Amino acid sequence: MSKKHLSIPYAVWMLIFVLIPLVLILFYGFTTRDGAFTMDNILSIAQPEHRKALWLSFLLSFISTAVCLLLSYPLAMILNKMSVNQNSFIVFIFILPMWMNFLLRTMAWQNILERNGILNRILEFFHLPALNLINTPYAIVLGMVYNFLPFMVLPIYNSLIRIDKDVINAAHDLGASNSYTFRKIIFPLTLPGVMSGILMVFIPAMTTFVISDLLGGGKILLIGNVIEQEFKQANNWNLGSGLSLVLMLFIVISMIVDAVCNKDEEERSLW
Amino acid sequence: MAKDKLIDFVNISKSFGDNVVLDRLNLYIRENEFLTLLGPSGCGKTTMLRILGGFEAPDSGKIIFDGQDITSLPANQRALNTVFQKYALFTHMTIAENIAFGLKIKKKSKAYIDDKIKYALKLVNLDGFENRRADSLSGGQQQRIAIARAIVNEPKVLLLDEPLGALDLKLRQDMQYELIRLKNELGITFVYVTHDQEEALTMSDTIVVMNQGIIQQIGTPEDIYNEPKNAFVADFIGDSNLFEATMIRDELVSIDGTRFPCVDTGFGENMPVDVVIRPEDVVLVPPEEGIVKGIVTSLIFKGVHYEMDVAVGDREWLVHSTVMEPVGKEVGIQVIPFNIQIMKKSSSSDEEVMKKDE
Repeated sequence: MSKKHLSIPYAVWMLIFVLIPLVLILFYGFTTRDGAFTMDNILSIAQPEHRKALWLSFLLSFISTAVCLLLSYPLAMILNKMSVNQNSFIVFIFILPMWMNFLLRTMAWQNILERNGILNRILEFFHLPALNLINTPYAIVLGMVYNFLPFMVLPIYNSLIRIDKDVINAAHDLGASNSYTFRKIIFPLTLPGVMSGILMVFIPAMTTFVISDLLGGGKILLIGNVIEQEFKQANNWNLGSGLSLVLMLFIVISMIVDAVCNKDEEERSLW
Repeated sequence: MAKDKLIDFVNISKSFGDNVVLDRLNLYIRENEFLTLLGPSGCGKTTMLRILGGFEAPDSGKIIFDGQDITSLPANQRALNTVFQKYALFTHMTIAENIAFGLKIKKKSKAYIDDKIKYALKLVNLDGFENRRADSLSGGQQQRIAIARAIVNEPKVLLLDEPLGALDLKLRQDMQYELIRLKNELGITFVYVTHDQEEALTMSDTIVVMNQGIIQQIGTPEDIYNEPKNAFVADFIGDSNLFEATMIRDELVSIDGTRFPCVDTGFGENMPVDVVIRPEDVVLVPPEEGIVKGIVTSLIFKGVHYEMDVAVGDREWLVHSTVMEPVGKEVGIQVIPFNIQIMKKSSSSDEEVMKKDE
């Protein structure tokens, strides 16, 4: 009985901060300003500018996720090879920026990438042509990768350190080369970590509007920006909610895909 | 048993930091032999196996395998396979894929691989397990699969690193007989690492007793048990009465001032020695017939025999006998000369004695 009492604060929390907002978004999403039922808000995703924003969000998130994966896997492997003292220092260095405000970090990138920013001044010093990165999709991808990289590194690193060294020894013992062992043993065993890393990067990248706002200069609209504008500038909560629901649907789908891919793993972790 | 040296460890040393694990160790292993490296944890036995498997490199020395120096040969090119302590199965694969792993690398045909999987599963009594997942199996079954996965590659040598350590007693005993059967059917060399002296005595042709990175004794199970070379071996293998004693002269030893006739010679006169007497070799007789007299201080029924402690002065003698003597009874102790094993003092305790003398 007493254990049930302990869960009450969480139930209240869930009700106020999860359930009620969700119901409100659903309500707004399926109604007009007058409160009549409509599908228009949802279907407005088919409008060219919304479709374009969704597609661009998907594309940039996909690229950022891929870049994060390519950077993270080798890094996780290097960390895994190091002694505990060394690697906890490196992990610390990677996590350190996360202690600073997310907005602040992204604004710092704004300063670096600006036309007369730090990067271009350095390039100028070496008599190299200036790069026009700010307000381009490249800058947004850079911002996404920079901000979300730790979320990819940590799950992969976690799944790597969980592999018993003797499993790798056994593969070598049976005649496998290093690359064969990686393809057939190490990578498949880290797949759950890779999948959760992908989700941890892809979902926030898909929904972000701060990064695209600051590094895209308001010229590049991602679906997150469109939703933000509907709420704050157009003051059209109904349309904003409708688009949010569509975005949620995409995220739920990607999570289901992940869950299906990792089904075996979860079954096993129960044992 | 063949005579050829199949594996030769020459002057192998290995340290981890300041910790010397193996100290200039020499050992050869004959073809078709069941050799067991036996010792307490930290004695270097597993390191030795890992050096042979290619998972550790020795700091100095070399390993000759079948006439070839394989010291710097990577693990995946050595003609031997290992059964790991915690099985190290590939949990993301089926049993069949696990067993086929080595054969696929060798690019064997599918028909050959399928045959081999069937054969190996039959050999370890797990027919029909092809499509099961590795982690749906019990510990004992996983161990058998690990063995099957190794032997399908037809290695010349099978290395086993405490393979039965995680199994319960009954299963462990069953697996001991299975391993002996396997070894006889396959006709290959087994190098087995364990800290369990009973396992070593049951299965081995040759036992290598190790302690602190040094080989203490090499011999058949009978040799090791009956003629331990030093106090460490005597104490580690089986129950024993270990005494510090004095060799009066050839064939006469003094234990706590009482003279016992024995059969050993060549230790010199009035030399300090270690003596081991196995508890089952201590014979309890009526007080007046014994070489010494004592009082029974404890009595435990062990199934096959009774275990008794007999106090002789300050000294407790451990006695195993099928005949019970009640606690408090005065008894005589007899030991036939052949059963008194005299050993040179081990070097480390010599050093201690020397330090005390200074």
